[in-house]
Amino acid sequence: MSKFTRRDFMATAAAASALPLIGASAKAAEPLKVAFIYIGPVGDYGWTWAHDKGRKEMEAALGGAVKTTYVENVKEDASAIPILRDLARQGNKLIFATSFGYMDQVMEVAKEFPDVKFEHCTGFKRAANVTTYNSRFHEGRAVTGTIAGTVSKSGVIGYLGSFKIPEVVMGVNAFTLAAQAVNPKIQTKLVMIDSWFDPAKETAATETLANLGCDVIATHTDSPAPLQFCQKKGIFGFGQGADMSKFAPKAQLTAIQDIWGPHYIARTKAAIAGTWKSEDFWDGIKEGAVQFAPYNASVTADAQAAANKVIEGYKAGSYDVFTGPIYDQAGTLKVKEGQKMGLGDLATIDWYVKGVQSA
Amino acid sequence: MSMTFIIDALVTVIGITTPILLAASGELVVEKSGVINLGVEGMMLVGAIAGFAVTFETGNPWLGIVIAMLAGAASSLIFGVLVLSLGANQVATGLALTIFGIGLSSLIGSNYVGIANDPLDSPFPDDLAKDAFWRIIFGHSPFVYMAVLLVLAIGYFLNKTRAGLVLRAVGENDFSAHSIGYPVIAIRYAAIAFGGAASGLAGADFSMVISPLWAEQMTAGRGWIALALVVFAGWRAGRLLAGSYFFGVLMALELYAKASGFAIFPSQFWAAMPYLIAVIVLAIISSRDGKGGKAPACLGKPFIPNG
Repeated sequence: MSKFTRRDFMATAAAASALPLIGASAKAAEPLKVAFIYIGPVGDYGWTWAHDKGRKEMEAALGGAVKTTYVENVKEDASAIPILRDLARQGNKLIFATSFGYMDQVMEVAKEFPDVKFEHCTGFKRAANVTTYNSRFHEGRAVTGTIAGTVSKSGVIGYLGSFKIPEVVMGVNAFTLAAQAVNPKIQTKLVMIDSWFDPAKETAATETLANLGCDVIATHTDSPAPLQFCQKKGIFGFGQGADMSKFAPKAQLTAIQDIWGPHYIARTKAAIAGTWKSEDFWDGIKEGAVQFAPYNASVTADAQAAANKVIEGYKAGSYDVFTGPIYDQAGTLKVKEGQKMGLGDLATIDWYVKGVQSA
Repeated sequence: MSMTFIIDALVTVIGITTPILLAASGELVVEKSGVINLGVEGMMLVGAIAGFAVTFETGNPWLGIVIAMLAGAASSLIFGVLVLSLGANQVATGLALTIFGIGLSSLIGSNYVGIANDPLDSPFPDDLAKDAFWRIIFGHSPFVYMAVLLVLAIGYFLNKTRAGLVLRAVGENDFSAHSIGYPVIAIRYAAIAFGGAASGLAGADFSMVISPLWAEQMTAGRGWIALALVVFAGWRAGRLLAGSYFFGVLMALELYAKASGFAIFPSQFWAAMPYLIAVIVLAIISSRDGKGGKAPACLGKPFIPNG
């Protein structure tokens, strides 16, 4: 394992690109080089932390068969292109790009390196050497929404989002629909902070939502700061990406835990065995990719029962939060009674359901 | 809109303004002495991890605050040695200090990821802040009071004291100040260390109050806003106080407008608005009285005494 920041990376990339020439007489069982690019720091204790945990699990499971590298704090702009390109030039044969905004950059670099396999997380563009993988986080949001709808006394719940991208929009919708299923009067107030990681802004936005009457607030950004604020204020929230109960034992009702390790292990094994091909993965509660932290004491017996029903429903395939009738904010019927939204529709969703208050 | 709501909203404004005001106040003194230190973001991060780690290890947040200030000052002195004693380029060295601060804080902080402290609360008894009206006065963390007192003290120091006049003289004309016997380099060292301590304090506000945890790069660019605010304020303490709070109001307005469902502007516009208005206000101020953008004459120039 080697740790790079983006800046170190730029500085050493030139020198490192000369290395393959020196090591040309490779041994037969050379380890597969696998690289990851991360949107935030590995110490965010949220999204990037969960991916890095997956990387470590993969490295531990495959031992000497792999050599992994990661670059953290990679922006979702054109600067991701030279970073991906240099990783490919350095001999990485499998590259995981772990944020939505790397989509077009991955597609561009993948074209230049047909023998390098790319996996893009949460996107929807694929090629012969580009796989997409995602987790059905909205299933987790349906569980947290069920709890929020039961626990909320004010009937107003909050959602702290990052950007208006399908991944977040479907989260808002699943959260709201599930809450409305237990309390039809539920309203969701939504704030997008235009950032994935900014503890001060996350805190200020959570404070704003609390001041506007929200007593349960879900977060779709990457730090535990919102939960710490909820704890201080005596309201509730959910851990995002990882169990954050250490930060806010009273406020964290439960947490959606992102489990990436099994996917990274399976795909790296496939790359070593030569069975890797372009696919579209979208695992959820059933496959163990979305798991929950233990409920805390404020999750009432009612809320626990309702939440467990949703979890069991997803495991059995008998429940789907995106089952009609679903109306958009303007009250237009978008999904007819009894129909379900397919994953394809969800992957490009850009409208909010009725009951979501957004700017 | 009830009274309580307005007060709660003001508390949000004060919370997001405070670290920026602290860092900007320190940088104001540095720039008044004729030195520009672009390492604010790095020094804030060093202060943030120092404050968090010391508070966690000792359980004493006040010790954490002191060590955060010392750590910020110590990192600023690296910059001081390079630019004052060795004559290095200030802009390049300041940028290097930011990168150094990010790296050093991440390195030290790697042992502190996933740990939480209790937030540092108001230094006043809880009873005083029970009522909404009194909360606006007594309900804040110590950093809030320190920030306001600091900027007022700096304003007094720069404009009303002899020592402040000397500092300004050093920033406006270092050779003249030197020729009449003032120790230019020593004064600049002191100013840089003061700025570093203020940045360290600002960083500690992040890791001890706003979100009492350590996360890499948790200041998320606030150091750059602080630097911009010094220019925006025209290097004046009073305007810095007003300007910082104005900025805080705009940032809070973005959040409140979004959460209340104001769909007049797209989200990105709201995020860009504080900067947009800053540019407009800056343009108006500088065109009106011609003093708005008056930087200290020696800002950024190395001082090498001739004999």
